[in-house]
Amino acid sequence: MKSSIRIMLAATALVAAPPLLAHGVAAGALAIGHPWSRETAPGQKAGGGFLTITNKGKTEDRLLSATSPAAADVQIHMMKVEDGVMRMRQVTGGLAIPAGGTLELKPGGYHIMFMGLKKPFKQGDMIPATLAFARQGKVAVRFKVQPIASTAPMEGGHGGH
Amino acid sequence: MADIEGGTPPMVVVRRILWVLVAVAAVFGVILAVGGGDGSKSAPAASAGAAIGGPFTLTAADGSTLTDRTLKGRPFAIFFGFTRCPDVCPTSLARMAQLREQLGPDGMKFDIVFVSVDPQHDRPADIGSYVALFKTPIIGATGTDAQLAQIQKEYGVYVRKVPIEGGDYTVDHTAAIYLMDKDGHFVTTIDYHENDKTALEKLKRIIA
Repeated sequence: MKSSIRIMLAATALVAAPPLLAHGVAAGALAIGHPWSRETAPGQKAGGGFLTITNKGKTEDRLLSATSPAAADVQIHMMKVEDGVMRMRQVTGGLAIPAGGTLELKPGGYHIMFMGLKKPFKQGDMIPATLAFARQGKVAVRFKVQPIASTAPMEGGHGGH
Repeated sequence: MADIEGGTPPMVVVRRILWVLVAVAAVFGVILAVGGGDGSKSAPAASAGAAIGGPFTLTAADGSTLTDRTLKGRPFAIFFGFTRCPDVCPTSLARMAQLREQLGPDGMKFDIVFVSVDPQHDRPADIGSYVALFKTPIIGATGTDAQLAQIQKEYGVYVRKVPIEGGDYTVDHTAAIYLMDKDGHFVTTIDYHENDKTALEKLKRIIA
């Protein structure tokens, strides 16, 4: 019940949001900006998702996990290139969003990993997902699918301003 | 806190590499001082660069056989990865496509080769539809475990499967793009963190 109210609130925020936050979500103290993903090819079984989460509150929150009807499994991963080698690791225990701070999931760092895709992500698709936070609970978001060559959200980097 | 295994701070790595270099130099110096006739054989760093590359056999996206001889006559940029790689692989391939565009007509004077090191998930046709997303001709390929082991060894490519939750795995792999001349000889690499200007200069070197 509580979470459905939150989703309704989130949906309301979505409609009321200014154009720059075209598909951003405000949920309590959290402002979630520009969730986006890259298109995938048929036969490609995984894709990454990126977004920013700003905590306008006075208490730390944590992104714990994510789920999506578009994928068999969704995980939070960390990628880094070190000593010429790309290493990717699953993040356990969640990611902190400090009070007054912003958590960025972007290429070259953290990402949401959609695994076991039900069908390829096509440009323009909006991939539904639910993020679970330690304090804020569940928040529904949609990841906009962009060209594979994208390195940042196409709506510009104004989210959270 | 985020629990990430295998993390070593870059400075520590740099320091370790420096110490190894110091040790190698010391050993080499001692051998020369003692007057050993085979001193050159004891300097592994001296021959490492020249050793990259060599004969290989893979299967291209269209099912045909791709070998070092198929590529002969044209310079090529070769990158190793896998299609489930959500970040460095699309970033690197998209970057190669952009660099090619910046080179104008010269951009088509070299081939871009993407080798999947995860044949368990990436069938040749899958790799074909993956590389097609980048809107520039890219030769996609993979091979049997033995064929991949051979090319990885020749190119000095690091590949390690790492299990993740749910019985699946991800693949740690070398992120560098290897630039080879028209005879298949190693010229240099483009590294992940390198700027476009340097990368373009390097590409101009292999197509010159």
